[in-house]
Amino acid sequence: MLTQDFTNATATSATEPSLLFPFVLQLADTSLILAHRLSEWCGHGPILEQDLAMANIALDLLGEARSYYQYAAELEGKGRTEDDLAYLRSAVEYRNPLLVEQPNGDFAHTVVRQFLFDNYHYHLLKALKDGPDTHLAGIAEKSFKEAAYHLKWSSEWIIRLGDGTAESWQRLDKAIAALWRFAGELTTPAPAETALQEIGVVPDYATLLPAMQAYAAQVLAEATVPEPTAVFAQQGGKIGRHSEHLGYLLSELQYMQRTYPGMTW
Amino acid sequence: MVATAAPTEARIWQLLEEVSDPEVPVLSILDLGIVRGVAVDGEQITVTITPTYSGCPAMNTIATDIRLRLLAEGYTKLTIKNQLSPAWTTDWMSQAGREKLEAYGIAPPVDGTATGHMLNLFGKDTAVRCPICKSEHTHLVSQFGSTACKAHYQCDDCLEPFDYFKCHA
Ligand SMILES: [Zn+2]
Repeated sequence: MLTQDFTNATATSATEPSLLFPFVLQLADTSLILAHRLSEWCGHGPILEQDLAMANIALDLLGEARSYYQYAAELEGKGRTEDDLAYLRSAVEYRNPLLVEQPNGDFAHTVVRQFLFDNYHYHLLKALKDGPDTHLAGIAEKSFKEAAYHLKWSSEWIIRLGDGTAESWQRLDKAIAALWRFAGELTTPAPAETALQEIGVVPDYATLLPAMQAYAAQVLAEATVPEPTAVFAQQGGKIGRHSEHLGYLLSELQYMQRTYPGMTW
Repeated sequence: MVATAAPTEARIWQLLEEVSDPEVPVLSILDLGIVRGVAVDGEQITVTITPTYSGCPAMNTIATDIRLRLLAEGYTKLTIKNQLSPAWTTDWMSQAGREKLEAYGIAPPVDGTATGHMLNLFGKDTAVRCPICKSEHTHLVSQFGSTACKAHYQCDDCLEPFDYFKCHA
């Protein structure tokens, strides 16, 4: 990340900073890790336009992550910077849900992972942008517009793959079977989220679910793929229990900062 | 060059008109609508800017360019603030800016076509005029173009590919 030549306008927060910090950090980690995964496609996309699309989405998510990290650093108030938070925490300190650290797999896996995330992200930001914490609401308002483009992109690809050839249908079906079990964690509140839901800073996820489920069902129906029923849900990332994939990802993401401490561009 | 008089807001706005967008150099940052405010308090100058997109890599360059332009006039007490809310919209792009964009070969945003809040899947593409031959027969190649703020189009008449500056409301 770059050193900045500007300061961020501060918005007011009436919420206890120590309550808000872990949640903002979780949002930051989630967007950063998914941005990194998408950036791994850069130069390897199935066609140039989709290579660009994934790089664009990665950039949006990275920008969003930076806004959250800057806010988290301010909330923590211990002198750590956005770079410290992104580059100098180990896997067990990361708070992203398991879904976003899952490897890219084939294009269908990437699309399904993105669709599950976008559907949640879009509906979460929609609620957060009208939330009582104005700083968080400002970031959400900005990112919501972008999340809508992302959801449109991933939804259309779900439909294209499902309603495409026999092979694309099969690959999509396989990816859904592999990744659907990670969706539940997104809307299962971790302790940090429950504390904020109780005081109305974070929406009750139960209120987001009907719209999310209806939307997913509609897209899958158009894609002519069945929605998985008996899913053995996987979770743990939001409390630091990650899959083995995150360590490898971080070793690449954090390599420069770990090797040359304090370096800047 | 050393400033002979204390800065005024009008003077600062004038100088900001000379700072261009690093990615589309024909546009000034005022054309783009990303300068949200100028405040002058004695010698202290505060310029508030807002990013077009969250990950816009040009923001830091823009902040540096503003700083350099004002320093060149002898103004040294500078604060450049980044403000996210209200979020940038293409409505803030000036008419002059839109004309400059088209002349530069980038189709300007078509108002009222933001897909932002509605998810019309496989919806009809926005009708965008080719900036090269002015034909209305064009089609969307990809919603994501060479930068986050642009989509990739192609003209069906002159066959040239071109960038379209997405409407973002
Ligand atoms: Zn043309």
